[in-house]
Amino acid sequence: MHVTKNIAIIGAGIAGMDAAIHLSELGHKVTLLEKEHKTGGNLANWDRLFPSLTPATEILDPLQHKLSDRNIDLKLRAEIESIKKERNVFLLRTKNYGEFSADAVLVTTGFKLFNAEKKEEFGYGIYDNVITSADLEELFKKHEPVVTASDKQPKRIGMIHCVGSRDEKSGNTYCSKVCCITGVKQAIELKQELPATEIFCFYIDLRMYGPKFEELYREAQEKWGVQFIRGRVSEASENMDGSIQIKAEDTLAGRPIKMNLDLMVLLSGMVPSEGTKEIMAITGMERASNNFVKPLDEHMNKNLTATEGLFVAGACTSPMSATDAISDARSAVAMIHQYLMNSPVNI
Amino acid sequence: MKTEGKKNIWAEYQKEIADDHYFYARSCIRQSFFPGSEAVFIKIIREVLGLDIHDEARQTTCTGIGYHSDVIPVETTMTVIARQLSLMGETGYKNLVPSCITSFGLYSEIFNTWHHFPETLEKTREHLRKATGREFEVPENIAHPSDIIFKFRHKIRSKAKHLLVNSKTGKPLRIVEHIGCHYAKMFPHKGVGGAEYPYVLAGMIEAWGGEVVDYPERRHCCGFGFRHYIVMANRGYSIANTKKKFESMEPYEPDAIVCNCPGCPMFLDRWQYAISEMEGKVYSRDGNGIPILTYEEMAGLVLGYDPWVIGLQMHQINSEPLLNKMGICYNPDEKYKGANGENLGTPEKPSVLNCEVCM
Repeated sequence: MHVTKNIAIIGAGIAGMDAAIHLSELGHKVTLLEKEHKTGGNLANWDRLFPSLTPATEILDPLQHKLSDRNIDLKLRAEIESIKKERNVFLLRTKNYGEFSADAVLVTTGFKLFNAEKKEEFGYGIYDNVITSADLEELFKKHEPVVTASDKQPKRIGMIHCVGSRDEKSGNTYCSKVCCITGVKQAIELKQELPATEIFCFYIDLRMYGPKFEELYREAQEKWGVQFIRGRVSEASENMDGSIQIKAEDTLAGRPIKMNLDLMVLLSGMVPSEGTKEIMAITGMERASNNFVKPLDEHMNKNLTATEGLFVAGACTSPMSATDAISDARSAVAMIHQYLMNSPVNI
Repeated sequence: MKTEGKKNIWAEYQKEIADDHYFYARSCIRQSFFPGSEAVFIKIIREVLGLDIHDEARQTTCTGIGYHSDVIPVETTMTVIARQLSLMGETGYKNLVPSCITSFGLYSEIFNTWHHFPETLEKTREHLRKATGREFEVPENIAHPSDIIFKFRHKIRSKAKHLLVNSKTGKPLRIVEHIGCHYAKMFPHKGVGGAEYPYVLAGMIEAWGGEVVDYPERRHCCGFGFRHYIVMANRGYSIANTKKKFESMEPYEPDAIVCNCPGCPMFLDRWQYAISEMEGKVYSRDGNGIPILTYEEMAGLVLGYDPWVIGLQMHQINSEPLLNKMGICYNPDEKYKGANGENLGTPEKPSVLNCEVCM
């Protein structure tokens, strides 16, 4: 006999939404709590996805549509004050939705982009023609032209990889995984919009780990003429005309480079979202050395935590792509269902 | 450029600067390069701000030049610094104020090393004891003199006789600031405003009515670089670095350059002359070159000290165009006279720099 269980999911990004839909399909009652006024998380701000250049709406719209279809109680602007476990039941107290109980809790609070202002030497927030990958994506999403601060078409654009990733100075020694391919994708999109513009990508090394990533990287070079320079940019300054002077090293050619850019795009890495940090503090979930949530183990029990019945999925546990976040959410769904059906889940 | 963004960064790099009772550690080279600077700093502290500063006669070098030229081992440096601190403790002071940026950087580096590797502190105590029989304590506060001038910049403004303003047009003078590599590049939190957009000199310029010029090669070394200059074979590299800075700042037409470090004003000043003689190139429209000031000299001018008392005659690039813009009265006949009125001798006229603008 199937018994309906209550599950609380915290965070309505793609991982939370996808998990809610699948748990609901398995017959469970889901309360989906989102601190913002809308669902979709970071993906809602993105235009197209790598490597297929699929519009983000093609992923988000069906998820949002299915959310309203199912037996899912979506609570927006939800502020969680405490989560306590008594016997096998979790009691969640919220600021604006009162108290309710759940048999299991799934945390999908995700990531936020590294604040590029912290890499002071690049001048984000100071120099007029320095933007982030998120700013560029917003321009793409709004179908606005990519122009300089003085409204001119840029003749040369530089894309700086690993901003706030693999960087001891910013305190993040880990790789954010998705910025390399994001840089390749955005470089191609820029070339599609501005064929005459030179695009330079400055990278440490390119981590094309996913299916069709390497192919896209080759396409960027062969079809679109994007130039990849292996070397880090050490500093950026603003010229009198507002263009950006950068200093870097081409480590393959073994020589320093000084170059002027009309626009500089910083490929910001991923850090735990504020929601992830808050939930870690509320639940006492362990923090990994990269500041994301530390799962019970990284191999067989990636969705489990030290508290039975408290699960994690998506980019609150580590940087990952949208595709990986969806896979991880589905893995968590299987674990939660098993747990609620009184089967052992910890292998 | 968005100043608001810089302000956000400045807010993150605030440091504690002692209010009073300073132990002054002199620079090895400033007293021969720009001898009025340290003297005017002491005057400002005592006479203008009414504070206490101790100028210790028994002090020595911190070894900075030798250390950064790789001729003095760090253990020796630590022991010499320990002796300085011993003198400070003996005189009852706890707030160290090293005049030189390299000293400031070196003291900060050594204190940091002692903090992270306490065994090196114990070893240094042992070395100093064996060498001199002395003991020492790590200071409660370390601040560069520019930090102190920055701290009291508004008080100085309230007593200002002249501002960094063109007295004829009323427009702010455009000032390039150069903080020196060893001020904050090693320890950004030890410098006011951090390393990328330092505020220590910019804050003075703003407070005294000037406009800060930011230019692409602002962060670049002045050309001193220790081994770049001290090893004679590298001097071409030294002047090439300085030239790079001038070429970058030239389009902004600065009225002056203000420096934080003993070496920087020397190189930005003397190499302007050298470049003019070598290439016939001068980086100001009037042909005079861009006047260089130390921050103490700048504060001294603002407070109305006589330019020749604060040592501006020791500059290769004449300061008179700047003095004229600021509306400062001076007696050209006094320029090359010593404190006792004796004529010190007039320097030979350079072949390219236009000295007529000074008359």
